[in-house]
Amino acid sequence: MSVLSNNEQLRYSRQIMLNQIGEAGQQALRNAKVLIVGMGGLGNPTALYLASAGVGNLYLADGDNVEISNLPRQILFSEDDLQNNKADVASEKLQQQNPEINIEVIDEMLDAELGPYYLDLVDLVIDCSDNIATRYLMNQLCLEHKVPLIVGAATGFDGQHLLVDPRNPDSACYQCLFPASEKAPVNNCQTIGILGPVLAIIAGMQSLTAIKLLTANKVAVNQLSLFDGLSNQWRQFTLNKQATCPACGQA
Amino acid sequence: MIKVVFFAALREQLNCAELEVNAGENTDSIAKIKQLLVEQNPQWQETFNNASLLSAVNHEMVDGSHPVKSGDEVAFFPPVTGG
Ligand SMILES: [Zn+2]
Repeated sequence: MSVLSNNEQLRYSRQIMLNQIGEAGQQALRNAKVLIVGMGGLGNPTALYLASAGVGNLYLADGDNVEISNLPRQILFSEDDLQNNKADVASEKLQQQNPEINIEVIDEMLDAELGPYYLDLVDLVIDCSDNIATRYLMNQLCLEHKVPLIVGAATGFDGQHLLVDPRNPDSACYQCLFPASEKAPVNNCQTIGILGPVLAIIAGMQSLTAIKLLTANKVAVNQLSLFDGLSNQWRQFTLNKQATCPACGQA
Repeated sequence: MIKVVFFAALREQLNCAELEVNAGENTDSIAKIKQLLVEQNPQWQETFNNASLLSAVNHEMVDGSHPVKSGDEVAFFPPVTGG
């Protein structure tokens, strides 16, 4: 790890000032390679926080184009960006915010064919997707490649956050939470609605977990955090690794 | 007594934040508590028949067969997958 430049020292001074980050932490952020899956309502603030914080290598994946109904919550996008690929537009905005980092655009939905290539490259995956099929796939790929996964989700006024760390043999996975596809929920933002600040809170939690994990601070697995945006309350539930889990179980 | 709490969208949907049920043979598992709640509130049937509803006993996520006893807090809440 090369030392931080004077410019980096200044730019990230408020982070470096924190004992839990320090220069070593800032260097770790600069060297980190993070894949963010989905550049929608969660992916926008997550990517913005990680890019601004100096995470050195971001891979942004999304196959969708910006639509007018995205603008109230996907805060990197403006009217001029309509019909352009979300990951492309996000990359452009983030490079303006922080020209010192590297951003690679993946302008298509990550699938079982494309996914493994990127899983080999990255240290961390942040699931900001909007559908259960992608969530299962990311979980499976992260288990296979032993890459930690930060899952965030939000609909209506509700949000959830879970860290899966396959490097830890006791860590539960996403499929321990939703065991079978027939159990998989179908609700999404198209049918229920969503508010930007609820997404921002969950994305903030994902970004915070990411920064702590990348800087070797303590992070908790097997903990499902549930945010209720009407009562403004967080609740934590313990999730145990399921021996019968089709993804991470023994069988 | 067993305390039953509903979180997030579920609380809004049922218009109920929490209630109590007597501990006993008909409430000694998550599945039985669900069944009792639907018997007492037929309009809740659709909600509790949803297989993806999540449940916890004393802040630990559990499945339907998990035992429940007097003094436990049982929580139900909806899954979230959007983003
Ligand atoms: Zn599992």
